[in-house]
Amino acid sequence: MSAPNKSYDPVEVEALKPEEIERMRDEALAAFAAAGDLDALQEAKVAHTGGTSPLALANREIGALPPQAKAAAGKLVGQARGAVNKALAARQAELEADRDARVLVEEAVDVTLPYDRVPAGARHPLTTFMERVSDVFVSMGYEIAEGPEVEAEWFNFDALNFTPDHPARQMQDTFFVQGPKGTEGDESGVVLRTHTSPVQARAMLDREPPVYIVCPGRVYRTDELDATHTPVFHQIELLAIDEGLTMADLKGTLDHMVQSLFGAEMKTRLRPNYFPFTEPSAEMDMLCYVCKGESVGNPDRPCRTCSSEGWIELGGCGMVNPRVLVACGVDPEKYSGFAFGFGIERMLMFRHNVEDMRDIVEGDVRFTRPFGMEI
Amino acid sequence: MRVPLSWLREYVDLPATETGRDVQAKLISVGLEVETVEQLGDGLKGPLVVGKVLTIEELEGFKKPIRFCTVDVGRANGTGEPQEIVCGARNFAVGDKVVVVLPGAVLPGDFAIAARKTYGKTSHGMICSGDELGMGDDGSHGIIVLPPEHEVGTDAIELLQLVDEVLDIAVTPDRGYALSIRGVARETATAYGLPLRDPALLDVPQPNAFGYPVRVSDPMGCDRFTARTVTGLDPEARSPLWLTRRLQKAGMRPISLAVDITNYVMLELGQPLHAYDRSRVQGPIGVRRATQGEKLTTLDGVKRTLDAEDLVITDDRGPIGLAGVMGGANTEIDDTEGTTTEVVVEAAHFNALSISRTARRHKLASEASKRFERGVDPQAASAAAQRTVDLLVLLAGGTADAGVTEVIAPSAPHTITIPADHPDKVAGVVYGRETVVRRLQEVGCDVYGQDELIVTVPSWRPDLTDPNDLAEEVIRLEGYENLPSTLPKPPAGRGLTDRQRLHRRIGRALAGAGYVEAPNYPFIGEHVFDQFGLATDDPNRKVVKLVNPLSDEEPALRTTLLPGLLGALRRNDGRGSHDLALFETGLVFHPREELKIAVRLPVDRRPTDEEIASLTEALPVQPRHAAVVLAGAREQAGWWGKGRPADWADAVEAARVLAREAGTELVVRGGQYGPWHPGRCAELAVVVEGVEQVIGYAGELHPGVLKTLGLPARTSAMELDLDVLELASSGVPKGPKISTFPVATQDVALVVDVAVPHAGVEAALREGAGELLESIRLFDVYENAAQLGEGKKSLAYALRFRAADRTLTVDEASAARDAAVSLAGERVGAVLRG
Repeated sequence: MSAPNKSYDPVEVEALKPEEIERMRDEALAAFAAAGDLDALQEAKVAHTGGTSPLALANREIGALPPQAKAAAGKLVGQARGAVNKALAARQAELEADRDARVLVEEAVDVTLPYDRVPAGARHPLTTFMERVSDVFVSMGYEIAEGPEVEAEWFNFDALNFTPDHPARQMQDTFFVQGPKGTEGDESGVVLRTHTSPVQARAMLDREPPVYIVCPGRVYRTDELDATHTPVFHQIELLAIDEGLTMADLKGTLDHMVQSLFGAEMKTRLRPNYFPFTEPSAEMDMLCYVCKGESVGNPDRPCRTCSSEGWIELGGCGMVNPRVLVACGVDPEKYSGFAFGFGIERMLMFRHNVEDMRDIVEGDVRFTRPFGMEI
Repeated sequence: MRVPLSWLREYVDLPATETGRDVQAKLISVGLEVETVEQLGDGLKGPLVVGKVLTIEELEGFKKPIRFCTVDVGRANGTGEPQEIVCGARNFAVGDKVVVVLPGAVLPGDFAIAARKTYGKTSHGMICSGDELGMGDDGSHGIIVLPPEHEVGTDAIELLQLVDEVLDIAVTPDRGYALSIRGVARETATAYGLPLRDPALLDVPQPNAFGYPVRVSDPMGCDRFTARTVTGLDPEARSPLWLTRRLQKAGMRPISLAVDITNYVMLELGQPLHAYDRSRVQGPIGVRRATQGEKLTTLDGVKRTLDAEDLVITDDRGPIGLAGVMGGANTEIDDTEGTTTEVVVEAAHFNALSISRTARRHKLASEASKRFERGVDPQAASAAAQRTVDLLVLLAGGTADAGVTEVIAPSAPHTITIPADHPDKVAGVVYGRETVVRRLQEVGCDVYGQDELIVTVPSWRPDLTDPNDLAEEVIRLEGYENLPSTLPKPPAGRGLTDRQRLHRRIGRALAGAGYVEAPNYPFIGEHVFDQFGLATDDPNRKVVKLVNPLSDEEPALRTTLLPGLLGALRRNDGRGSHDLALFETGLVFHPREELKIAVRLPVDRRPTDEEIASLTEALPVQPRHAAVVLAGAREQAGWWGKGRPADWADAVEAARVLAREAGTELVVRGGQYGPWHPGRCAELAVVVEGVEQVIGYAGELHPGVLKTLGLPARTSAMELDLDVLELASSGVPKGPKISTFPVATQDVALVVDVAVPHAGVEAALREGAGELLESIRLFDVYENAAQLGEGKKSLAYALRFRAADRTLTVDEASAARDAAVSLAGERVGAVLRG
């Protein structure tokens, strides 16, 4: 191959030899093919397509050729450079694809690594379960009503037909608030509410009938904490006041609730009972959601949830005592109503297999975390 | 109330195949809460027979006295030979009749009897105690010694009625009549549709003038007093087996014949009775209110100081009994010396309220008071007295005195008028008039009228006072289980209130941020305020106190959530969970300035708004608070790198989370309060209707407080008033206008005094930058005395500018930045770092 043509001398110029051009092309193609990575390809690219590469020089020499030789030489070199550039692009794409694939392999991680950087929080199941039950009724058109936890005796007892000497008033062991003087026997007329029922009385006084409300909340009785009791617990109560409400409506509402919470095949059972604020009154049971009653009289299939009774006691209910309606400013001639209430802890315990009340009240994060945001 | 099925069958002809379980189901369906059915003698298998002790040989040389006996059991052992039995009990003698269990028998508790070697002898069976036979308490805990008239070899299972079923019924306060076999039998008869043999239907002699003299000076308290006298009682007479067995099955302990009889009749008819030893009563029996301070020693041996409201039974000496509650020791039937030969039987009816108050006042709940409180059938008093007299004559060989005393305050029977379809309307079922009338009659009512029913309630149902009471009787007898299931149609609801939504959102947001909810009891001791370092005049020291707290250590209600929440933190820490973030929302309780008494308003009408307001004023203020506490690592160390300890900033951020959920601006500034570290405490405030209000604090807790409370170092906390936060809520958020023009970013580093808070710098930059500023973010805080000078720090901010209608030029953005820096310089002395 000739040296750069510094001093143009047509005499020295020889015609470009086709075999020389082909050799240059083939060397370039071989170098590209031999390049094992993009860096090597870059070197080969500079060597074979750069300004000082043989083909570039050959191309430059075309200008020095006699006019009659230019066309053929130009074609010859142009074809060779075209082939080289094509091969370069192909090899470039090939190596880039290889690199991309390799990078993906190299970037692979162990996806089983834990990421408990900020451990998950959770809401307490008492809260979320009360919401869950409330929402059953909210979706039916009921509203949620709330009231104070430190409550006037009148709301907690009198308005609900617990007369001062009523035996039922002794059934509940009440926390009494000290009177203004703080001395023995100084009565304040104020208690920690023993049930959520005073909210019903307040709701009737606050609203014009019809009244359809649920009252979830915290209540207090003087039980020591043990595996099945807690002095601070939660109830949810329902009150419906309207024209022509019946016990059948009460039954249907209860059935709807247990079906919403425990499944479509659930039902409730009412048993006569006594509460001052309802008349007639009933104890309500729901079909055991575990054995569906099939453990009754079937010693081979005992049920722990219902002790093979087939039914689980839920709470009390009944038609609002007309005396309560009167005290709360509702005309008992025109309106009737029903109410029911039950303890959240108890239901939580059997719905979620909680065996010890203390787990619910002690705030141990190991207990609460698994319940997450909703239950 | 414990009801032996065998006793119940005496008054109702139940089919022989009906088990206790069957009866339980029937009674439950009509409203008697039969809690359990006890199976007496379950698994018991003979031979168990009457034996006569022939010889007793005392065996020596053992740790306790042991007897080797021979007992005649007749042909029961197949041979007629005396049975050899080793026995450890001593309360029997040669010639006594005892109960012998022979090999092959099985006693309750799956206790199989076989001949066995013991104390060097072979014992062929056992001489039985009541406990071993599952008979209940007879007071002796020894061997059963039978009355001598029973033949050897007689089957003792039958004799002692060891196999029976006992229904245990929890009687609700309205159903006093069910505290008797008679009452339960009436319900059973109705439930089965069978006739009742009423044990109170007895021939009773007319009252006359020569009975034991009785003076009732308080006819409101005692509207009926029957006194009968029985003389010539055999003091040696003992209660027969059938009587003691029934008492035992009903859960009472046999004591002496006269007492056993009065208890028996009380169980049978529900009428509490009292038997006085006539020789110990002096003069006429009286009924009056006690005089204040009067003394009486009751049968339980307690000397009681009486209240002027207590109803007492008296003789010439003064009180001889607490009426309807418990008799006095001074007229007690003598059951040890066996000298009582004449008794006066009292069957009286006392005012329920009076008895209930007395029983409560003296903390003395007796079988009698339990019944009077719930209502006793006044019409049954004479029959009960008669029944008692009959049994005393029959079993103690006494003679009924011809004198019959009855003091009666006349009262009209109670009637209720209801529309005949009232039960139908309550139930939502068409029963029809005939069913309603029939059911009311089954309850014992007299019913007249067609569309309007005039119902006279029976004397044993004082609980039936209102139309709905009668409706309940009809509906329960028709069966609650037969009620249809219908749904009412409430008016369309509005869902949750904004406040309720906020409370839920807050819980979710905190849980989402890694906090675990821990609701705590609201009981606190006031010493926590000292531990928290509250000033002596801190309003949070004013607490609502309980009369009867569960613990004297914690007699007050919380004014802050922190004591409970920190307790939960400590508990978790102690159980090995050290990286903790807990939250609670709940009420706190502040007494009002002026303490008032919540009066007892009337219940026969709606209270006036003023009356309701007066109750509200007597209640403490009860705002809802939210609080968080943190300790340990907020971010765990792991393969990703280092962890990060929880600190003051997390606590403050928790407040910001709440403010964000409430849709309100939270003002955060340096503050100092109570348990917080004075240099790491943020005061939290919001603006409500143009007025700024402090709603709480957040930050790291004071190291001294942490030490006192035994909490982990650097424990941080936040507490705020959710109610005020909610008031500050800006309501429905407005959708921001989004500009699609490019953003112009400018960073500035400002040097200020160390004491200048970021919040002031940012506020000045914001204001100075004007409306082109889209956002501002502090991205670095830097302190270096060498570079910045002593007491200086550098705050670096990224400012983003954007216009709604055009692309900003560099000059525009720079001008806005310069204006921002300039105002910061003016306000807080900030200097652009060179």
